[in-house]
Amino acid sequence: MNVVQFILRNHAQVLELTLEHLRLVGFATLFAVLIGIPLGILIAHRPRLSKPVLASANIIQTIPSLALFGFLLPVPWLGARSDRLAILALTLYAFLPVIRNTYTGIRGVDPAVIEAGQGMGLTKGQLLFQVELPLAVSVIVSGVRVAIVMSVGLATIAAAIGAGGLGEFIFRGLAMVDNTVILAGAVPAALLALMADFGLGRLERHLQPR
Amino acid sequence: MLLGRSGSGKTTLLKLVNRLLPPTSGKILVKGVPNGELDIIRLRRSIGYVIQDGGLFPHFTVERNIGLVPRIEGWPQDRISLRVQELLQMVGMDTRTASRYPHQLSGGQRQRVGVARALAADPEMLLMDEPFGALDPLTRNDLQGEFLSLQQQLAKTVVFVTHDLREAVRLGSRIAFLDAGRLVTVLPPTEFLQCTDPLVSAYVRAFGDAVVSNPNRGTT
Repeated sequence: MNVVQFILRNHAQVLELTLEHLRLVGFATLFAVLIGIPLGILIAHRPRLSKPVLASANIIQTIPSLALFGFLLPVPWLGARSDRLAILALTLYAFLPVIRNTYTGIRGVDPAVIEAGQGMGLTKGQLLFQVELPLAVSVIVSGVRVAIVMSVGLATIAAAIGAGGLGEFIFRGLAMVDNTVILAGAVPAALLALMADFGLGRLERHLQPR
Repeated sequence: MLLGRSGSGKTTLLKLVNRLLPPTSGKILVKGVPNGELDIIRLRRSIGYVIQDGGLFPHFTVERNIGLVPRIEGWPQDRISLRVQELLQMVGMDTRTASRYPHQLSGGQRQRVGVARALAADPEMLLMDEPFGALDPLTRNDLQGEFLSLQQQLAKTVVFVTHDLREAVRLGSRIAFLDAGRLVTVLPPTEFLQCTDPLVSAYVRAFGDAVVSNPNRGTT
């Protein structure tokens, strides 16, 4: 039986797992953006904080994902619901591209433009929302795009701790030594990643400052 | 006119006025009041600021660049649009350029917009940091001429940074010569050219005979 037939025959389950997958990635991206962008703005304005923050995000990134899922299992409230745990782990991984790109984007704004804004009497908030963020937005979106594509791939491993998602098929297929089942998880996951990459890539180009 | 070689402290002195830099000691009086006692945002909005190449916001149109301070000051939109049109004419630009972005303009046009933006909320004072430094000689000459006639109409207090003696003599009413962070002298152009201070005369000599002495009698 080929993959397409398998997917068609089990379309209800494929759809369910895809939605689960999207839920994991969606929440993780949301949290990473809600925390990561303000943090990136903060360290862009306080260069002394930038090294420790970026180094921490880098270190998290080097922890093998399977190990991180395992480490978090015994944590009380989190370990009780494996999907919470998976979302936390994915959020931690998504921090680096979001924080780093926010930082780079804002630091990359022409200092002459910032100075002109200050000299004209813009407040810090006006400078941030009218000048810095609009000029950095395409770089920030590019970070979010990397975070999403990465999370879609990583989220397949969440199935190892029972958090669901398309990884279920992959682990099931591995256990059954059945490539068709593995592909039934891997192909939709790859498609999700490609679609997210394409969509956000267009958004990024659209937001590029002239 | 703040004149002096690179690193002599011209720009530093200028930035002390609108508090882009804090003084390490001493006080800066703006209209007789120490500027440290004024609200920093109010102070800056009451002083127009022009830098080299305009420092325009690349993501804003000409109209939004010029209208930014009026907009954050809460002017109604139609008054802003009128003001933008008026300013564009004042700096010698086609009012149709209002919808253009800075990258679609030439260097001279960007500089004109920079001046228009600084004048937008009708400040009493202008700070200009080598505003014409990045322009070709012909365009610079045009803008200097327009600056003089504009200055005759508006009669603002202008603090102007330059390292170009010709520009200082042509546009300035008083020239302050700085060297290594120290104020050497403040003189009107004609006297400045005849000054016997060794630092000043060396600077004047470096420009050779190129300085045509037709000093300005304006208020800069």
